[in-house]
Amino acid sequence: MAFVAPTLRLTEDQYRAIVGHCYDGLPNEACGLLIGPVASGEPSGAVSKVRPCRNEDASALTYRIDGRDQIAAMRAAEARGEEIVGCWHSHTHTDAYPSATDVAQAAWYPEWVYVLVSLRDGDPVLRAYRIRDGDVAECQVAVS
Amino acid sequence: MPVEVRLPTQLRPLAGGATSVTASEGTVAAVFADLSARYPGISEQLVDESGALRKFVNVYRNDDDIRYLDQLDTKLTDGDVVSILPAVAGG
Repeated sequence: MAFVAPTLRLTEDQYRAIVGHCYDGLPNEACGLLIGPVASGEPSGAVSKVRPCRNEDASALTYRIDGRDQIAAMRAAEARGEEIVGCWHSHTHTDAYPSATDVAQAAWYPEWVYVLVSLRDGDPVLRAYRIRDGDVAECQVAVS
Repeated sequence: MPVEVRLPTQLRPLAGGATSVTASEGTVAAVFADLSARYPGISEQLVDESGALRKFVNVYRNDDDIRYLDQLDTKLTDGDVVSILPAVAGG
């Protein structure tokens, strides 16, 4: 694998905010953006802010982050001297693994970490990935 | 002062690597046409064959999504900043 898959580091509060937002979005997919520092164009895996966003598609099968929430998150990141470093979305009835659509869309932001939260089973499953040129590499997730 | 157009990473190679370019005031459609004349290939990334904004492209006048304004007919005046951001989407 020719690209770095950093360990995604979340605080317990961030983890709960992401998973809670996914449950709040049911029956539809939920989505949001991760803000953090960027060094030399590569994500470090550090996250300073999680930004829950609206799913413009309001769908159980697809998501699109509301354009207004996206620009607001970008401005918030700029104000911190940081960038959007990733996003999350839920899969309500499938694995926490990027779908073909997810892989195709990730071409626009190949430097991001993509978090998937599966709500299929009793307990939520949160996993993270880098997606680049159609390749998927799993990132470790550390919650502390 | 003209209109500033901020380009996403993927479109910068089409504009000689610039992170932002300037254009004359007018509508968003006119600005895109202006950019297309100077930077071939850019417009095709933003609008489809029928001239409609492509599905997964977000365009903002300052901090406002133009889909909630007058879409491609949204007017731009001197000093406005147009930001182009690919949508974040998937399944």
